[in-house]
Amino acid sequence: MNIVVCIKRVPATDSRIKVGADGTSIDDSQLEWIISPYDEFAVEAALQMKEAAGEGEVTVMTMGPAESTKELRTCLAMGCDKAVLLTDPDSGTRDAHTTAHALAKAIQGLSPDLVLCGKVAVDRDQGQVGSLLGGILDMPCITEIKALSITDGKATVERAGDSGTTETWTVSLPAVLTTTKGLNEPRYAGLKGIMAAKKKPIDEQEAQLGEAALTIKSLELPPPRREGRIIGEGPEAVTELVRLLREEAKIL
Amino acid sequence: MGIVVPLTLSEEQQMLRDTVRDLAREELLPQAIEIDREARFPVETFAKLAELGLLGMPVPEEYEGVALDSVSTSLVIAEVAKACGSTALGIAAHNSLCLWPIFEFGSDDQRARYVADLASGRKLGAFGLTESGAGSDAGGTRTVAVRDGDDWVLNGSKCFITNANFAETFVVTAVTDRDAGPKGGISSFILEKGMNGFGIHKGDEKLGMRGSDWGELTFADVRVPDSQRLGDEGQGFVNFMKTLDGGRVGIAALALGLAEGAYELALKYSHERQAFGKPIAKKQAVAFMLADMATQIEAARALVMAAAVKKDAGLPYRKEAAMAKLFASEMAMKVTYDAIQVHGGYGFTTEYHVERMYRDAKLCTIGEGTSEIQRIVISREILVH
Repeated sequence: MNIVVCIKRVPATDSRIKVGADGTSIDDSQLEWIISPYDEFAVEAALQMKEAAGEGEVTVMTMGPAESTKELRTCLAMGCDKAVLLTDPDSGTRDAHTTAHALAKAIQGLSPDLVLCGKVAVDRDQGQVGSLLGGILDMPCITEIKALSITDGKATVERAGDSGTTETWTVSLPAVLTTTKGLNEPRYAGLKGIMAAKKKPIDEQEAQLGEAALTIKSLELPPPRREGRIIGEGPEAVTELVRLLREEAKIL
Repeated sequence: MGIVVPLTLSEEQQMLRDTVRDLAREELLPQAIEIDREARFPVETFAKLAELGLLGMPVPEEYEGVALDSVSTSLVIAEVAKACGSTALGIAAHNSLCLWPIFEFGSDDQRARYVADLASGRKLGAFGLTESGAGSDAGGTRTVAVRDGDDWVLNGSKCFITNANFAETFVVTAVTDRDAGPKGGISSFILEKGMNGFGIHKGDEKLGMRGSDWGELTFADVRVPDSQRLGDEGQGFVNFMKTLDGGRVGIAALALGLAEGAYELALKYSHERQAFGKPIAKKQAVAFMLADMATQIEAARALVMAAAVKKDAGLPYRKEAAMAKLFASEMAMKVTYDAIQVHGGYGFTTEYHVERMYRDAKLCTIGEGTSEIQRIVISREILVH
């Protein structure tokens, strides 16, 4: 079982985001960085599939600045076998197409049985790279899986359908799957894993970027939320609430 | 917390810190108030910590350890203490006071018998030094070991022994030659739970560190083979002084973590809590208190790291260890005290973490040598050299 997991280095979820001086990027000088939480489910899933198969190799891959070795090293400490860093100092501004093309190029060389990634990176919330990878690599893709098992070269997955239903799919490998909460509980790296990780290889290569489909014209923070208003209490407030929703908020 | 660390941490050290930070936040903080209230030693937590390697920090892989340097170990203990002082104390005592001396002073046979079991956490360790009439003053040690053929026969008792009721391996000091005085007349022995005449008893209720276990050890004609003697005969004092040097860096790191934990909570609360129409963080009285807390924490961190860096470099660090412990533990008292003040009435309740941290911090000014003993150690170092 040869698995590639794509992860992304993102600002810690409790970060206070500031727009940079150029007006199109985020000021990252004060930020702490983490692995995007949905990607951790992908890493854990990869490790579990390898353990279940009793053989194989898990390669963790990211496109990012040189500092992304920290996040890759954490995945190696969790148990991944090797890492690939596609260096791109401007990765923070790349669109999903550019990223997916660079990842796909590198993934093709590894001919994996399975490609896993989080359903979305929590920095820009675009959620496109997984599906694009499926397209570029010409592999079936199922998004937002919350259960996974592999038998006889086929993956059986569950994902949330409409109206609280659960869809079950069987897909032949190789395939691209994107992961969501509920799939598993990502393991801690552990001190032993961290010490072992320094001996594992990180292959650094320049990202071969695809053509950008989008460019960022400007970036601004959402306006501060206005203070809430209490209209009244109980059933008698309903008429006024409906009126305000219709006339003031214009959402009815 | 976005503050300057007075040395550059390696990528690996940052990973260790961040991993333990996540672990502590998710697994230890949620139960910290409960184990304190119930005075419960969280056995299941220690099993998990063992799996992650936190009970094998000072010894190499061949003994199932993780071979962390002292800087890394300090980072780990501080991160655990940020969430739960009691858990940090259990880890520190096991690693620094039982596992380390057995690895450092033990014979090949003793290493083979004890180190891997301790480092993997299959067995928990404890260190029996303090007695009812002898703590920092080792000369007052009453526990005696009398030679009888190939054995030693131990009589006496120990008190305030961290991990006592959950440990299976103990390093214990006893007088082997009363005339030789503490420096040549005390020896260390490795004892196992279940030895004939070796009693382990629950400790008294305590002010802080209530989720950490402590107890009393009693020895009534405990027969210990000479092969269980740790280090040379009469070298017990010299060896446990070395053990305590390392242990003190651990307690200093623990105090640092408690202070940092309390400070971070106070900082967060000061943004959330409104008074007179704005967050109390905007009040200079509170802002200055936070500024002092942050400054004190950084000063303590510098001392802890200085001691750890010296230890890692193989340089003498007794003075630095004592300074770090003295300053960090007194600092932690002040910072946790002020953290309660920032929280106002809520800080005084047992629903918030800061009052627990305040009670836990008090242990750090006492355990492994009181603040007064640290001053003796420091003054001896600066007056002699």
